[in-house]
Amino acid sequence: MIGLNHFLVFSGTLFCIGLFGALAKRSAIAILMGLEVMLTAVNINLVAISRYVTPEYLVGQVFAVFVIAVAAAEVAVGLALIVAIYRNRISVNVEDFDWLKW
Amino acid sequence: MIEFSLNNAWLIPFLPAVAFALIVLVLRPLPRVSAFVSITCILISFIMAISIGIGVIQGGEKFVEEPFKKAVTWFSMSGLKIEMGFQIDPTSAMMLFVVTLVAALVQIYSIGYMHGDKGFSVFYAYLSLFAMSMLGLVIAPNLLQMFVFWELVGLCSYLLIGFWWYKYSAREAAKKAFITTRTGDFGLLMGILLLQIFFGTLDLQELAVRIPNFTEYGLTAGALTLIAAILFLGPIGKSGQFPLHVWLPDAMEGPTPVSALIHAATMVVAGVYLVGRTLFLFKTVPGAMAFVAFMGAFTALFAASIAITQTEMKKILAYSTVSQLGYMMLALGAGSLTASMFHLMTHAFFKALMFLGAGSVLHAMHNEADIWKYGGLKKYMPITYWTFLIGCLAIAGIFPFAGFFSKDLILEVVWANSTLSGHAHGPFQGLYTLLFIMASMTAMMTAFYMFRMFFICFHGELRDKHAHPHESPFSMAMPLVVLGILSVVGGWVGWPGLTEGKAFGYFVRMGEFEIVHANWTLIISSTVLALIGIGGAIAIYWKNAISHEELAKKFAPLYKLSFNKFYVDELYLWIIHNIIDGIGRALWWVDMHIVDGVVDGVAKTTKVLGSVFRRVQTGKMQHYALVLFAGVVVLVIIMSFADTSVASLSLLGGGR
Amino acid sequence: MDFPVLTVILLAPVVGALISVFIPKEESRIIKAVAGISTFISLALTIVIYFVYYTQHLDTGGMAFTEDIPWVSDLGVVYSLGVDGFSLPMLLLTNVIGFTAVFSRSWSVEKRAKEFYILLMILIVGVMGTFVARDLFIFFLFYEVVVIPIYIMVIIWGSGSKTKDVTKEYAGMKLTIYLLVGSAFLLAAMIWLYMEAAEMRGLPTFDIATLASLSSQFDQQFQIIVFGMMGFGFTVLLSMFPFHSWSPDGYAGAPTAVSMIHAGVLKKIGGYGLIRIGFFILPLGAKFWAPLIAILAVGNVVYAALICLAQKDMKYVVGYSSVSHMGFVLIGFASLNIIGLNGAVANMFAHGVMSALFFSMVGYIYGATKTRYIPDLGGLAHQMPVAAAGFVVAAMASAGLPGLVSFVPEFTTFVGAFKEASLRIPAIIALTGVVLGAVYVLRMVANVLFGPRKEEWDHVEDIRGSYWIPVVVLIAFIVTFGVFPSLLMDMVNSGMQPIAAKLVDAARVASQMGGNI
Repeated sequence: MIGLNHFLVFSGTLFCIGLFGALAKRSAIAILMGLEVMLTAVNINLVAISRYVTPEYLVGQVFAVFVIAVAAAEVAVGLALIVAIYRNRISVNVEDFDWLKW
Repeated sequence: MIEFSLNNAWLIPFLPAVAFALIVLVLRPLPRVSAFVSITCILISFIMAISIGIGVIQGGEKFVEEPFKKAVTWFSMSGLKIEMGFQIDPTSAMMLFVVTLVAALVQIYSIGYMHGDKGFSVFYAYLSLFAMSMLGLVIAPNLLQMFVFWELVGLCSYLLIGFWWYKYSAREAAKKAFITTRTGDFGLLMGILLLQIFFGTLDLQELAVRIPNFTEYGLTAGALTLIAAILFLGPIGKSGQFPLHVWLPDAMEGPTPVSALIHAATMVVAGVYLVGRTLFLFKTVPGAMAFVAFMGAFTALFAASIAITQTEMKKILAYSTVSQLGYMMLALGAGSLTASMFHLMTHAFFKALMFLGAGSVLHAMHNEADIWKYGGLKKYMPITYWTFLIGCLAIAGIFPFAGFFSKDLILEVVWANSTLSGHAHGPFQGLYTLLFIMASMTAMMTAFYMFRMFFICFHGELRDKHAHPHESPFSMAMPLVVLGILSVVGGWVGWPGLTEGKAFGYFVRMGEFEIVHANWTLIISSTVLALIGIGGAIAIYWKNAISHEELAKKFAPLYKLSFNKFYVDELYLWIIHNIIDGIGRALWWVDMHIVDGVVDGVAKTTKVLGSVFRRVQTGKMQHYALVLFAGVVVLVIIMSFADTSVASLSLLGGGR
Repeated sequence: MDFPVLTVILLAPVVGALISVFIPKEESRIIKAVAGISTFISLALTIVIYFVYYTQHLDTGGMAFTEDIPWVSDLGVVYSLGVDGFSLPMLLLTNVIGFTAVFSRSWSVEKRAKEFYILLMILIVGVMGTFVARDLFIFFLFYEVVVIPIYIMVIIWGSGSKTKDVTKEYAGMKLTIYLLVGSAFLLAAMIWLYMEAAEMRGLPTFDIATLASLSSQFDQQFQIIVFGMMGFGFTVLLSMFPFHSWSPDGYAGAPTAVSMIHAGVLKKIGGYGLIRIGFFILPLGAKFWAPLIAILAVGNVVYAALICLAQKDMKYVVGYSSVSHMGFVLIGFASLNIIGLNGAVANMFAHGVMSALFFSMVGYIYGATKTRYIPDLGGLAHQMPVAAAGFVVAAMASAGLPGLVSFVPEFTTFVGAFKEASLRIPAIIALTGVVLGAVYVLRMVANVLFGPRKEEWDHVEDIRGSYWIPVVVLIAFIVTFGVFPSLLMDMVNSGMQPIAAKLVDAARVASQMGGNI
């Protein structure tokens, strides 16, 4: 029987994969994808806990929908930024994006 | 009139103040009106001064014992009350008379002398301001009022010496005068402060009561002597005593009427007047008296020895003024208010006369200063010649001219204090013997250098062939004549043997009145000394029996020393430029490199630290994200293993 | 009094600034006129209340024209204003200088005049506010309002110097950072004091008088530490040696109007705060620190006066001279007796008007000739006699000439200082500053104004039009208060009475405790 723990382990693994992708990837697009994976992991957590712990309420599911919506918006903004930066720098490599320093 | 003048004596300085304000604010574009207003005001003051004088003479004993005083509070707080007002006694009445007289004459004289000058109105404004300040000083009933006006006369002196400010020499002389007298005022102010602290008042009459009992106020005789000596620094500066005499000869850069009024007759005697006013302080401690006397006698001799070799008329007169002021100080140091005030008065007459005469000569010679360019002026300007002769005879102390009486009185009081008289006592009688000898030598030298100048200027042939000397206009000649007459008769008020109610010394005195008896030894010896001086001058500079050039060569080192004023100016300049300015520059360096260095160093440290720590900011988002995540992990670990009490939560910013 | 006169005085420049916002920036004359009118309203009202207080409240003393509006009641902050014999001279000083500063000449202000005058108005309001505040919080609020405009004004309209390698940005930065460091200490001390008092009373308050009434309950150690912090903050503002170096650089860098306000009044906030808050609330602390203040004051007087001798830039001469003059103020404070305090406070007023005139004239000459380097100048009295006259008056006032405003305060200060036996030596050393003061100002006067005509300055114009205003107004004040010193001294005396009484009390308490302070 698949229980809550399975979901938690799965989402934890997914989160770590996403985190690694966000921290280690060079390409800005890949980083965005990593972020999306992390958000998905969170969504799985929300839904799973909601389903197993408080099945009578749909709070977790509602949150998950919100997160998806926000994530979509975020991706839109993020991609727009990346496109804008690409037009400037002819690169999507984050190694080149160090304007925040000094 | 007398009653009115006495009760409203404050009007005497106030009227010139009004004239000053009017000229500065309104009348400046109208030179003639300015002069008219200024002279009118000073003449009214003069008339009031005369009526006060008459009132004081009629009052007699009353005013000597109990000066007539009126004052209002200037400002006050608990423990400090300062008044402004006036105090009329014979001394101040005499000064009022002298100052208003000379001021009025000089203002009349200036109509001719300053004619056509661009700053004619401003000149009268300054003269009025000066009259105001000097008269305010004279009537001051307390030391602070005296100091206030003392500084104001210093300001006027500054403005008037620098009246032709576009000349380098005038500008430097003015600055020098102000700063030198300021140096003295440092002492005066300190003395005043100490008196205020220890005796709790600055009122002259109060002080006169309290100071003799100084031990009740927690002072020792030594401390009081020190206070008196510090206070005396002020008069040293203002009255051109050694070592602060250097400004007075340079002050001759001002217009000649100014030299006559301020730097001969009135302002420079303020120091003498101040010591006279506070003589009770000096008399309480004999050490201070000896100090004053010594400074006076030394200055008299020192200045006379410089005057002998100078070649500018006004410079010679300036050094002679310094010398005569030393005489007055000597008289005070010998304890005689009478003698010093008497000499102050006669000196004002004959020195103003000589300065105005010198001005007349300069006017005629188009400001040629070197006396060796003159000669034979007798036939071109007879009035100047005769009045100048009177002045020279007066200062040399020839009977019956004014200087004879006052100078003899001074010699006599010094004599009385010395071992020579046989009935002096106190620890300093030996010193007074020395001072007597110095004073006698000074008398001889005075006669010599005065007649040296006189013969070079007025006798022989005119040496400058381009000059066309002429007698001065009436406005300039009239004051000469008036002063000439006063230089003859002015001394007769001190005729030996005059009794109570008649003699000068009956009115102007401190202590008991004593009838002056003619001391024939003294009279004869001083007259002989003066005649020797005059004779020497005749032999060298008139008859040319002895060549003055030979003399100068023979005593070359002495001559050079005297001609260069003993190099005092050079020494002072060196000290100021090298030591004081050097300290200033050194401190500026300290300020820029050490004080500011620390400040900038702190700033720099911050900067360096910043440049180290900014390396942490790689600007790469992923690094920041990593750190953020690591932080979250650490927190999670802490929260899972440590207890989850309030204490650990407060670590995260919770609590309370 | 029902009419909130102090608020109106405070608001007039604010209204002026707001009106200026809506005037096109090309109309710099109109903007100047608006600034002039609004500051004049403040000045006129201040003169009125000065004389009302002088004639009606002088004997009773205490605060008058009070206004109290609770603001943040949880914290005990009350918008409470009021004036007494101490704050009125300072308020008058602010308004005199504010009004004349509007009409002083700074050539750099010809561009961006609008912003300049708006900032100037804000600055004036800030300074005034500190002097009328009766609430510590309000005091501090206004104090912080002051710092920002000064910084902006120095770095935009300021100027560098020819004699020292200093840029206007450096000067502005130094000044601002110094003031902020000072105010950080101040803030810390203030909060500590507030907490301590709140604990004692159980009710929080920032009211200065209430805090002062607790002064005998504060423990000695606490007073010493808090006064130390506060004293540091205030004396930095007063440019006490060795924390003075911001002041000459700042004045030299700043445009004329800012130099006038800064040297004239802003510095005085330091002295004001030190007395009103430090001495009044923490008398034991004041007693502890007074000897150190006295010694550093001597440093101020002599050190700065000697440095003045080496200066070749007019503004640096005046800047260092103002540091030197602050030494007289500090030595008066250190005497801790009523005479010394009266003298010191009156001296703050005197130095204010005199240095404002001085900076105004220096600024005028700088504006006309575009140089402040003394060896370049000379003989300027030929071309600008009026400016020369104003300059000479300022110089004489700076040298402490009787009949001008600064003599009586200086004399009184020294009487106060000589009264304390332990202060006599420092006071005597400081007295040499009187001589040195005459030396440096007269040198500058001689080298700038007098001497032969220099052809290259023939094109410059003498003072005319609205430039007359600073000369006439400031000289009028300098002479009036010089000839009638009781106008100032009576006022100051009434304001100092309670503070001096507090100090006397503290001395008695300390001797009863057997404390060795």
